[in-house]
Amino acid sequence: MSGEGEWVAVCGIDRIDPEGGVAALVHGEAVAVIRTYDDVVYALSNYDPFSHASVLARGIVGTRTLDGDEVPFVASPMHKQAFDLRTGQCLDDEAVSVPTYEVRVSEGQVLIGGRREAT
Amino acid sequence: MTHRQRIVVLGHGMVGHRFVQAACERGLTETYDIVVVGEEPRTAYDRVGLTSFFEKGADALALLVDDTYPDPRVRLMTGVEATDVDLAERTVALSDGESIGYDQLVLATGSAPFVPPVPGRDLEGCFVYRTIEDLERIREASREASTGVVIGGGLLGLEAANALVQLGLDTHVVEMAPRLMPAQLDDGGGTALLRHIEGLGLHVHTDARTEEVVGAEGRVRGLRLAEGEIEADVVVFSAGIRPRDQLARAAGLAVGERGGVVVDHQCRTEDEHVWAIGECAAPGGICYGLVAPGYTMAEVTVDAMLGGEGRFDEADMSTKLKLLDVDVASFGDAFATTPGALELVFADAVGGLYKKLVVADHPSGQGLRLLGGILVGDASAYGSLRPMVASDLALPENPEELILPAGRAVADVGLPDEAQVCSCNDVTKGAILAATDAGCEDAACVTRCTRAGSTCGTCKPLVKKIVEDHFAEQGKQVDRSLCEHFPLTRQELWDVVAVHGYTSFDEVVEAHGSGRGCDLCKPAVASILATQVGQHVLGRGRRTLQDTNDAYLANLQRNGSYSVVPRVPGGEITPEKLIAIGEVARDFGLYTKITGGQRIDMFGARMEQLPAIWRRLVDAGMESGQAYGKALRTVKSCVGQSWCRYGVQDSTSLAIELELRYRGLRSPHKVKAGVSGCARECAEARSKDFGVIATEKGWNLYVAGNGGYNPVHAQLLAQDLDKQTLISYIDRFLMYYCRTADRLQRTAPWVASLDGGLERVREVVVDDSLGLGSELEAAMARHVGDYVDEWQATLEDPEKLARFVSFVNAPDVPDANITFTQERDQTTPADSEGPVVIAAEISVGAPQ
Repeated sequence: MSGEGEWVAVCGIDRIDPEGGVAALVHGEAVAVIRTYDDVVYALSNYDPFSHASVLARGIVGTRTLDGDEVPFVASPMHKQAFDLRTGQCLDDEAVSVPTYEVRVSEGQVLIGGRREAT
Repeated sequence: MTHRQRIVVLGHGMVGHRFVQAACERGLTETYDIVVVGEEPRTAYDRVGLTSFFEKGADALALLVDDTYPDPRVRLMTGVEATDVDLAERTVALSDGESIGYDQLVLATGSAPFVPPVPGRDLEGCFVYRTIEDLERIREASREASTGVVIGGGLLGLEAANALVQLGLDTHVVEMAPRLMPAQLDDGGGTALLRHIEGLGLHVHTDARTEEVVGAEGRVRGLRLAEGEIEADVVVFSAGIRPRDQLARAAGLAVGERGGVVVDHQCRTEDEHVWAIGECAAPGGICYGLVAPGYTMAEVTVDAMLGGEGRFDEADMSTKLKLLDVDVASFGDAFATTPGALELVFADAVGGLYKKLVVADHPSGQGLRLLGGILVGDASAYGSLRPMVASDLALPENPEELILPAGRAVADVGLPDEAQVCSCNDVTKGAILAATDAGCEDAACVTRCTRAGSTCGTCKPLVKKIVEDHFAEQGKQVDRSLCEHFPLTRQELWDVVAVHGYTSFDEVVEAHGSGRGCDLCKPAVASILATQVGQHVLGRGRRTLQDTNDAYLANLQRNGSYSVVPRVPGGEITPEKLIAIGEVARDFGLYTKITGGQRIDMFGARMEQLPAIWRRLVDAGMESGQAYGKALRTVKSCVGQSWCRYGVQDSTSLAIELELRYRGLRSPHKVKAGVSGCARECAEARSKDFGVIATEKGWNLYVAGNGGYNPVHAQLLAQDLDKQTLISYIDRFLMYYCRTADRLQRTAPWVASLDGGLERVREVVVDDSLGLGSELEAAMARHVGDYVDEWQATLEDPEKLARFVSFVNAPDVPDANITFTQERDQTTPADSEGPVVIAAEISVGAPQ
């Protein structure tokens, strides 16, 4: 299980393309670490609950306008369901979400913390 | 178990073909085998379009692909005549000596040209106009001839005259009645048509009776009319048709007063096992010489055999055609024979226009209703007027506006749902609306789903109008913009990139879009940039735009692993390369399968294994096959002349040349191609986006064929091309597609969506009427010159290679979610139950 509060440095932020992602191994779990155009870094489970494959880090990153709000998302490369990078909520199916993780960028290094509680 | 029954169809013309088609579609072949006996040497063709034979050739007229039905329960015989029907024994005797039994017999023997009994009609140089063979004979005779006469100034006579004009003959038309097309036109219409036709240089003789065909030494020399003589080397009889009912007569079935097998409203003859349809039949004692009623009879008969209650009552004798480039239409009660009928006429003798509406008071007492009409010179209103006759709709207040030149091309009148819009395929407005409600988003889709507009095409503008009005009514705009980030179609986006010379997504979205894009617009822009600008798809700023497969230059499979396909141009591969592929697959534990595109797919590669796999393949002389891209996939080929004893050209060499020319070309959707070395078509080129088939004289080019969800056969674009011309046409075709198609629109729907369809493509690609040809070729030349193998370039670039790791912080640990089992001695993916947590002990995957 994930160790609460233990931060793991996974890579330099330069390893992640803007609007791209990498998979990282954090406490044995596959985590998709995704950087947006404005250099915010998000982390969510790499596991796509629809296709049962660990692939979300390989999806296209973009924005979707919902109720006037520009939501950053990653689309599963398998069947294109979009997940809100901030919350892990699937934007195409209310009933589905993926876990998200704490993220910190410090001195150019990306650090991933524990799983966030579901909101 | 019940014994399978047999339907024998005598005649394989348009109506016989329609019967078989409907029988297959409606499931009659589940209980019946069908044997079709065709007398002509070829299978059914579009006889209505016979005049285009000289221009387009026999292949373009064919109604069947490959001369067979896709249903194996249909047996099709050609060049065989039925000689006798035995009603008691239920057998048909054939000219080849065979006798076949039937449970149901369908007579679809059509009609024969009527040759009036004038002296000299058997002279050499006399012809009839009915079959492709007739046209071939006329063409042959015309080589030595300078003047031709057509006897008959009706619909068919004028078509025959058109044929003679095309063959370069000075052409006369001789008609007994006082005007041309007496069955369809009144005097005013006939006069307008006459002016047009004389304006084209034809000589028309009306009120003229042929007394004798004059000859010398057994050959035609001219025609003697009551009023004088015409010199001529060729005489074509086109003075009407007679139903071919001899078999039925001989068998003892009743025939009508003016010929034709008498049938009831379900097209059944007196004998309950025998049916008659098309021009040989006389429902209610009347024979119909048009294809649309024949089609209806075919459908009604299939329905009756299935136990349905469809009826053939009265046929719509409406006609619209283009004769010698003149539009002519006649519909409904064109001669105002209905009591109380009034005529509204617009005539412009100078402009050669004649338009007449026949109207009567509407039974409701409110306004007028339309009974029929005649249009000569401009028949654009026909598509909307004809349905108004059947619908009994009250006409707008000023009905003359419907025919005045300023009138809208497609009348904006609310037809009722039951109004028949497409008479060829009996499609009502209601059926068109139902198709749009069921998900059709445009007129092209409605045509595919309902067949409306797929035969003569006359009603296409009306179909389009109905669809658009319907969407407008629902407040639904037919929105073709790419996604929420771009209010542009793909084609507009293409133009924007070309005009401004953009080279990155950021520039495009900042100037013309909003937000940061999505999985729809990013791959579309990536594809446009790849085609216009080139550069590696995994270059900076580009890789994050790529769709799933392009992003890792491999095909993502269900468990997150990838498949790998090296290019095998033309499907030709050396034993050494086969061995190399085999060794790679064995060493990396990959599942192998032969693809439909004549190459080898290796499945089950982990993302981090891809560079090592490709290192081996590149070292063995192979390159990316772009199986992962919306790009040229393969050019499939047969062995052609090199090995095959039937081959007439070297199809393999051409396929390889084409595949190497277009490899790596990013396009709106995948592009597949084929080259066959002879007409046997073993490479299945006619199911491809572009297909090339060898002829004795060169290459025939077919375009816009697709397999997949909606299979479509490719259509002939140009014939007997030399290689250089062929390649320039394909260059233009592909670039025009890349420029103007929608995102993920394959070539068949793209061509269908173009205004003018295949003709439009022909204008741009063959005729170069827009003057785009050299620009399109230059764009392709740039692509060909800039090509590099994507995988080799990736292997040479550490930055690109850095992406191919399982985990950025643990590159040696494989993804534990990817697991495999064995099936038939090969690797297959195992299903995952949920995310796997990798514990201290790590199971290492396949060897590196």
